[in-house]
Parts: sequence; structure tokens; C-alpha cells
Amino acid sequence: MGCGRLGSTIAAEFDAEGHEVTVIDHDSAAFNWLPDTFRGGKVLGPGEDAAVQARAGVRQADIFLALANGDNRNAMAAQVALHIHGARRAVARIFDPERAEIYRELGIRVVNPTTALETLVREAAFEG
Amino acid sequence: MYIIIVGGGKVGRGAARDLLDAGHEVCVIEREPQTAWEINDELGEVALVGDGTEVRVQRAAGMNRADVVVAATGRDQANLAVCQVAQQRFETARVIARINDPRNEAVFRAVGISATISATRAILSSIEHEVDANMLRLMELRSTEFELVEVVIPAGARVIGQPVRYLGLPPRTVLTLILRPGGRPEVPGPDSLLEAEAVVLAVTEPAQEERLRRLLTGVER
Repeated sequence: MGCGRLGSTIAAEFDAEGHEVTVIDHDSAAFNWLPDTFRGGKVLGPGEDAAVQARAGVRQADIFLALANGDNRNAMAAQVALHIHGARRAVARIFDPERAEIYRELGIRVVNPTTALETLVREAAFEG
Repeated sequence: MYIIIVGGGKVGRGAARDLLDAGHEVCVIEREPQTAWEINDELGEVALVGDGTEVRVQRAAGMNRADVVVAATGRDQANLAVCQVAQQRFETARVIARINDPRNEAVFRAVGISATISATRAILSSIEHEVDANMLRLMELRSTEFELVEVVIPAGARVIGQPVRYLGLPPRTVLTLILRPGGRPEVPGPDSLLEAEAVVLAVTEPAQEERLRRLLTGVER
């Protein structure tokens, strides 16, 4: 879910690696980020909507990735995948470090770009 | 009680007004400064500008001593976050979530925010009733997308004297009962005429509600 810079890159790579991939985005223009070679599915609609997730086949999915820009939207989408569709694993991008920790406690696998970048910035600034 | 309301729109502001009148201590967290000023202008210094889904904003609002938090924004994902942040970080006694899309009710229930949703509906209905005295949402019809609404035909409405068949009702909308002034109930047929002060019960979808309201309560200019 979320076919922006990050979502489209990951979708294209997973697809190239041979995984079966479906992307969800509420903006059809976002699908332009995908390369012409992308063989996966595209579903148009808000990814936190249980019906949209059902259309994308989340029930049969091994992994659900919520990579849109809004923390709340990603958190809700991940919980819909886990608790409504019984997804085995849900990953959400959460920018706010405090909410990132909260959603970790709630069973979502959280990727927090803020703390990840902080580490990289520290390395660039002080190491070598 | 100390009650924190997140979202200062029609619902949040109406709830704040009612709860202040009932003697409670209230804080409204609102993202838009302009809206927050308007609330303070009307209700006194109760609004705090900020994103109510953030831990530090909830802390600044005094979430650790709040008895109830009402998540009343127009976005369900924000309301879910408000409730979960309050529960995980502040052990707020009660969370009440406004649900904008009824299909999301299952999501809130699945994460343990369920007991209070019907209470919100009641608050919502009473606020909407105050804001617009001509239309009241009576109930959602169980496990369907339909709802039952009550509309009072105001004096001077364009539909007065028109038969039901020519009203041009919104799709998937049915008039189910007309209560004539004086209290005579009538099952409307295609030739039933609408009159001022008649109460109409209709089954419709949430998406058609506003169109139906405009149709039945629009006044001749």
C-alpha cells in the first residue's frame, strides 16, 4: 500500500525477484512510478479500507506493507490487514518515533525512517 | 469529569458545547488554528492547537488526568490513532471514537475500541439534531448500508403539494411513512402529497442523506 517513491521501488524489486506483488494506491497517477516491466497487480483505492484490501487479495498475502505517507493511515491499514484479513505479517512505515513504539507494542512490524535516518546522519557526520 | 475532545469540527465542537453545559471540564485539540480560535471565541479558552494523535500534544492537553477522550475528527484513521495512543501511553479511562465510515466499525472493534461507539452515535445524532432541526438520523439498519431518517417538512418547502412520484428522490431512497400534522400516520403511495409540518420517515444511504435533506427541506425563494 502506497505507490510513491518507496512503495514503487520496493514493489518493482520484489516483482523482479519473482514474488507475486500487488500495489494499492488511492491516486492512479502514483502507478506511473512503477517501471513498464512491472507484472504485478494494481488496485486503486484507499489502502486502509477493508474492502479495498480484500480486492487486492490481502487475505491470501504473506506480507502486507503499509508504505504511504501518513502514519495514521499506515497504522490503520496494517491493523486492518492483521485483524480483519488475518494477514500473517504487517509492516508499517511510521515517521513519528513515539507512535512507532506504540504500534510495535500493538504487534505491527514498524519501520521508523526518522530514527533510521538519524543513525545514517550520525555515521556521515562523525565516522571515517 | 475531565474530557478531552480531539477534532473541533461540527461534532467535536457540538460535543464540547454540550459537555461544558453539563458542567464538565473540557479541552478540544484542534489542528487548524483558525478553527481553534473560533471555538475559543464561542466557548472560552478550551481549545489547544495541535495534532491530537501525537503523544506530546496529548500530554500537553493533560491526557494523564483525563477521564474520557473523544476522538471526533472526520478521519477514521486519525480517530483510531487518538484512541490507541491514549490507551497505550496514558491509560485513559474511556475512549470514545467517532466512526465516519460505518464499515470501519469492525476495525475499531477488532482492536478493542467497541463499547463506546453507539454512545458516540447518540451524541452525534443529538448534535446533528441541534444543528439541523429538520432532519434526524434515527438508526442504522442492522448489517445493511441503509439508515432510517426523520425529516420535518418546513413551512415554505418546495416539495409542499407535490405527489411523491414527482419528487425525484435520490437513488436507493424510499419514503416509508408520513405523519400528517395532527398525528395521522400514512404509508405514502405515489400520489401522496407532502404538506408543511408533516414528519416523513425515509430509508436511505448515508451518501444520499444530504441530497434527501436538501430535497425535502429546501425552501422556495
